[in-house]
Amino acid sequence: MAEIKVKSAKEPLIHITKRDDMSFSKSALVHLIGIVVAVILSALLIVAVTGQNPLELFKAMYEGVIGTSAANIGINKKYTESIHIAAILLCISLAVTPAFKMKFWNIGAEGQVLMGCLTSAFCMLEFGGRMDNTALLILTVLLSILVGAVWAVIPAICKAYWNTNETLFTLMMNYVAMTLVSYFIMVKDRSGRSDLGILNERTGYGYLPELFGRSYIFNILIVVGMVVFMFIYLKYSKQGYEISVVGESENTARYIGINVKKVIIRTVAISGAICGLVGFMIVAGDKHSLKPDIVGGQGFTAIMVSWMSKFNPIVMIPVSMLIVFLSVGSKFATSAFKVDNSIGDILTAIVIFSIIACEFFTRYKINFRKAKKEG
Amino acid sequence: MKKLLAILLAVAMLVCFAGCGENGGDAAKVQSIDEVTLTTPSQIEKVAKEDLKVGFIFLHDANSTYDKNFIDAANAACEALGIGQDQVIMKTGIPEGEECYTTAKELVTAGCQVIFADSFGHEPYMIKAAKEFPKVQFCHATGTRGKIEGVGNYHTAFAEIYKGRYLAGIAAGMKLNELIDAGKFTKEEAKIGYVGAFPYAEVISGYTSFYLGVKSVCPTVTMEVQYTQSWFDIEKENTAAKALIANGCKLISQHADSSGAPSACEAAGIPNVAYNVDTSNIGPNTAIISSKISWVPYMTMMIKAVLEGTTIPADYCATLKEDAVQLTALTKNAAPGTQAAIDAAKAKLDNDELKVFDTKTFTVGGKELTTYLADVVDLGDFAPDTEAIVDGRFIESEKRSAPYFNVIIDGITVPAE
Repeated sequence: MAEIKVKSAKEPLIHITKRDDMSFSKSALVHLIGIVVAVILSALLIVAVTGQNPLELFKAMYEGVIGTSAANIGINKKYTESIHIAAILLCISLAVTPAFKMKFWNIGAEGQVLMGCLTSAFCMLEFGGRMDNTALLILTVLLSILVGAVWAVIPAICKAYWNTNETLFTLMMNYVAMTLVSYFIMVKDRSGRSDLGILNERTGYGYLPELFGRSYIFNILIVVGMVVFMFIYLKYSKQGYEISVVGESENTARYIGINVKKVIIRTVAISGAICGLVGFMIVAGDKHSLKPDIVGGQGFTAIMVSWMSKFNPIVMIPVSMLIVFLSVGSKFATSAFKVDNSIGDILTAIVIFSIIACEFFTRYKINFRKAKKEG
Repeated sequence: MKKLLAILLAVAMLVCFAGCGENGGDAAKVQSIDEVTLTTPSQIEKVAKEDLKVGFIFLHDANSTYDKNFIDAANAACEALGIGQDQVIMKTGIPEGEECYTTAKELVTAGCQVIFADSFGHEPYMIKAAKEFPKVQFCHATGTRGKIEGVGNYHTAFAEIYKGRYLAGIAAGMKLNELIDAGKFTKEEAKIGYVGAFPYAEVISGYTSFYLGVKSVCPTVTMEVQYTQSWFDIEKENTAAKALIANGCKLISQHADSSGAPSACEAAGIPNVAYNVDTSNIGPNTAIISSKISWVPYMTMMIKAVLEGTTIPADYCATLKEDAVQLTALTKNAAPGTQAAIDAAKAKLDNDELKVFDTKTFTVGGKELTTYLADVVDLGDFAPDTEAIVDGRFIESEKRSAPYFNVIIDGITVPAE
């Protein structure tokens, strides 16, 4: 009966079927086409909206990321800075990955990083000058990791024991963290402007040491270590395997004797701990200041990086670099050409959109209705 | 779980260790501005006019009267020096935080040789950028640390606006006298109101000089102050002005950036003396005069220094004489003879015959102020450090361009803490 109905129904013009796995070279080709399309679309947009030569703008974007030698500053090694911004995003992406792989929808990375920032700022202000700087740094990093982990574990426990909705819970925890930071700033600030300025500006207590004359090289090294750790942890460790199994099916996991509650809590704690570490890197290793919006939405961007990389830590390196370089470059280019900053955001969006479109084409096949022979 | 426990234990141990290792060694001696090593401004490399690029960082955009004053000055200074629009990069809406540093860096990479920021909270981030790019000049309005920071390419500036406030005060006093003579209220009822933003030295110095100006022509005057705890809040400023009028204030002035207070005055028919902006359009029947800082002379000097390869002072107080402190034209609402009185006082201020903060003209707690330590060296410690009473006057803006007069004098009532 049903079969007859299907046959008699009109076949749609387009229908989509799932593809078998695409070969690497073919998938690379699709992505290449995607990027070329994105560049052409961007160029058209630039010409239409600003009337500038798009090649000039692309060149400015490149300079915004890599840097040029300018008369006013000598040789400008801006690329280290760009790499650092990418490293921070990469590290948050690494942090959210284990939980996502387990299908625990943790969108609270923003708040967990912020709690790490808050803890670091607290340690720098409270313990700065009262102990050796190395001891202070160790204390700061440990406490930040701990607080980040605790912030993530609260929703995880509720999920594991009472099956609460972790998406809403972790999202709400972000706002709680922001409010706590605002409160902390209000209490600590003596100028009445609700601004702490640069923490320990004159003493430098609790600052990560400079390497090669830059404060953030240390951060980049930490992130390199984290990539290696996360790659091995997810791919070769027993815990990494447990995460995949729980992610595929909780019942299977239970059947083969995995303690699901324990795995959920442990994995989310690791996510939170790495977020706390990122908070420490942002405050002690780079910005040396604290604001409720200091994380700047990277906790959410990281989710996209993690998904676009299909949870592969190595793939996350180019993806986070692409996203950061696009936004840094377009910000610089729009400023140099005095066009509105939003143009930069639109360009970034076009590129990301076309990459996601590529994902679609590598996974699914589009079939057009075959022309019917009449009569 | 075991790992977590181990971390917890380690932290606990470290905290104990922290408690033991306390050495309490930062009780450094408080130094006055005369004992501190002052910044030597760095020699600037000359830049050809066609290669020059100037960057500006503004807290808000032209919708705020505070920023509009800076934006207009920047345009005027650049135009007068013949610097094209393509050589000027303006960044508006830059908050007082890390964004200021990243924006400054962006301007440096865009090729700016001199960068100006307009809000007090931009200061630490401008210093951070200045340390990183020693060849670029960083100029900051309202900052307190140019003189002491020891960063040769970081400069601060303000203007002796207290003189402008004093002169505007004379116009207000003349108006009170006119109303007293007309029998609207008695000498003893002469009370004025002031809507201030925050209880900072900048605001206190402003309303005290204004009050002293009023008092110089109307000796029986008293003043009530209300704070809004915000630089820009139309509603709060409006409410504060209405409350002051209800408390019997016969004239209102303000130090806040919106039209809230002037419009409340216009509605109640109470004369108003404004700041930073000409309010004669908001209060056609009540606006009298307004005082403001013109940043054109300082911005001109700063750009010229880069074009000529000279130096920019580490800390600069722009003066009334060089027209950096200005009064808008008196309106028809002013009392007759006001312009003559202002001109006479201005001439006396110009040749130093008249001092705004002459300690003979005011008392604190019923006594003349003979000694006062002000917080001139801003190390973030809020510790008073420098004697500010010299030769029978409070030396406002002489030791540092940004105001540091923060005494509440007799005749002025402020809200209790």
